[in-house]
Amino acid sequence: MALGLYVARRLAVLVPTLFFVSVLIFSLQQLLPGDAAVAMAGEENDPEAIAAIRARYHLDRPIPVQYAIWLGRVLVGDFGESLRSRIPVRELLASKLPVTVELALCSMLVALGIGIPAGILSATRKGTAVDVVANFFALSGLSVPHFWLGIMLILLFAVRLGWLPASGYVPPWEDLRRNLTTILLPSFVLGTGVAGVIMRHTRSAMLQTLGADYVRTARAKSVPERLVVLKHALRNALIPVITLGAIEFGRLLSGAVLTEQVFAIPGFGKLLVDGVFNRDYAVVQAVVLVSATLYVLLNLGADVLYFLANPRLRGTT
Amino acid sequence: MSVSPAAVLAAPAVTVTRRYKAARQLARRPAAIAALAVVLGFIVAAIAAPRLAPYDPNAIDYRALRKPPSAVHRLGTDEVGRDVLSRLLWGARASLLAGVIPVVIAVALSVPLGLLSGYVGGWIDGLIMRINDAMLSIPFLIVAIALAAFLGPGLGNAMIAIGIAALPTFVRLVRGTVLAIKTEEYVEAAQALGCSQPRVALRHILPNTLPPLFVQVSITVAAAIIAEASLSFLGLGQQPPAPSWGSMLNAAQRYLGPAPWMALYPGLMIFGIVMALNVLGDGLRDVLDPRHQ
Repeated sequence: MALGLYVARRLAVLVPTLFFVSVLIFSLQQLLPGDAAVAMAGEENDPEAIAAIRARYHLDRPIPVQYAIWLGRVLVGDFGESLRSRIPVRELLASKLPVTVELALCSMLVALGIGIPAGILSATRKGTAVDVVANFFALSGLSVPHFWLGIMLILLFAVRLGWLPASGYVPPWEDLRRNLTTILLPSFVLGTGVAGVIMRHTRSAMLQTLGADYVRTARAKSVPERLVVLKHALRNALIPVITLGAIEFGRLLSGAVLTEQVFAIPGFGKLLVDGVFNRDYAVVQAVVLVSATLYVLLNLGADVLYFLANPRLRGTT
Repeated sequence: MSVSPAAVLAAPAVTVTRRYKAARQLARRPAAIAALAVVLGFIVAAIAAPRLAPYDPNAIDYRALRKPPSAVHRLGTDEVGRDVLSRLLWGARASLLAGVIPVVIAVALSVPLGLLSGYVGGWIDGLIMRINDAMLSIPFLIVAIALAAFLGPGLGNAMIAIGIAALPTFVRLVRGTVLAIKTEEYVEAAQALGCSQPRVALRHILPNTLPPLFVQVSITVAAAIIAEASLSFLGLGQQPPAPSWGSMLNAAQRYLGPAPWMALYPGLMIFGIVMALNVLGDGLRDVLDPRHQ
């Protein structure tokens, strides 16, 4: 099947999914107790002010009409303005997204740097102490609450040793060195969790490829073991790991909520939490919608990568 | 295809034998048994909190503000002099409940939805799965935070939010299992014998969806405990002064330098129970899922 056709088919499924995502996110505001216009009018309860707010935000229209108006704006990138700061939500998203993308990229580097070598070691030394220790750390990475790990690392490296800043963020174009010191701990915190997932998948994929006929043939031809592992087995084992990496990257983009909160990093997660506490629902809806869209697109990217990397899929119709 | 009525009637006996076999296999895994013991230990500690806790978890003592661990307060005191050990024990109730109740909500809703979707098929399946896919495309914690934010802070709302956030994974799992099971010979035999559709779904398909569900339950209880701790840490879950491990961490963050024990122990509790549940989940999957054997 041609790549174009494959992507077109996947996009055809993606559109209704994103439509339902938008319906779910719009429905969230219907959960709010009380009358939104009364809440927005504040304590004065002036009927004229309430009526004006209703008219301005189309709250006097039927819910499906309100949804259509909201969706029409969202589709052209108009998420409204923050109730708190009066800044257009689009501008807020644009200023926070690069921070979260940098954090996600650095976390992914940590995750791949730990997860893939640990997975290879664990598979090639199956059943030994190395395998047990690697599995224990992988499971620990999956089980530890990341915001707590962040707090503990702040306690050790910032409060006790004073080596790294406890929190805050400096953009790389202002001061690259300080940027790296502020991003190091949160990247490690997020990266260890993903490293656990990547390690377990690398291990299981390596065990499969190490038992494959072509690896046995390579060994029979006296190919050095190092080459067998790194060239013959790893190359094929990495196919599912690459796609998993793309999915995990999508998760990192939206899953850094608490880590950003703990380290006071002004990214997407912090924007969401601040939106929640300021009752800035336009911001909350926008962050959730953009996170979900990015997540869905990265999943599509992962599928395309898998399609490209797997010759057997390309042969199917 | 000819299957005797006796063979169909014998199906439950086979299921029971399989369950015994699975339990025996699980018992042979020391890691899984140790994990089960840890989980049971946490449950006992939570139930016996009124007897085990040395102090009232909410009793403020201004003469013992942020005291380090000692013979009087074994795990120290917090910012208003409350005993950390007592709050951990009572907090176990909130945290374990927040692990179990959302999963009960998710299972209770997902089993009928998954059965309906997988067994009936057609446009019902299409509609349920599109909504499910939409929910799956929003990351778990984001759904939980957004729902908790719109429902309002509180442990009850947090549990509902986590339950709804966990729902789509269960629906997909039940539906997938139903689709695989409904082509099995014993289901066709039951249909050939004239069993009604609801009977086939409830008596013959439903029991066989349970093994993969058990594995998912143990993993999701662990995820729900972390999610509750996360929501309480943000102030959206358990409200003060009632203790939960997440809300204890929220308070501890402000006193990292002078009182590190306030942050250390609640985190270790969450880590311990979640690790045990994940090890148990791995063990269950190895035993119940033939692909992992």
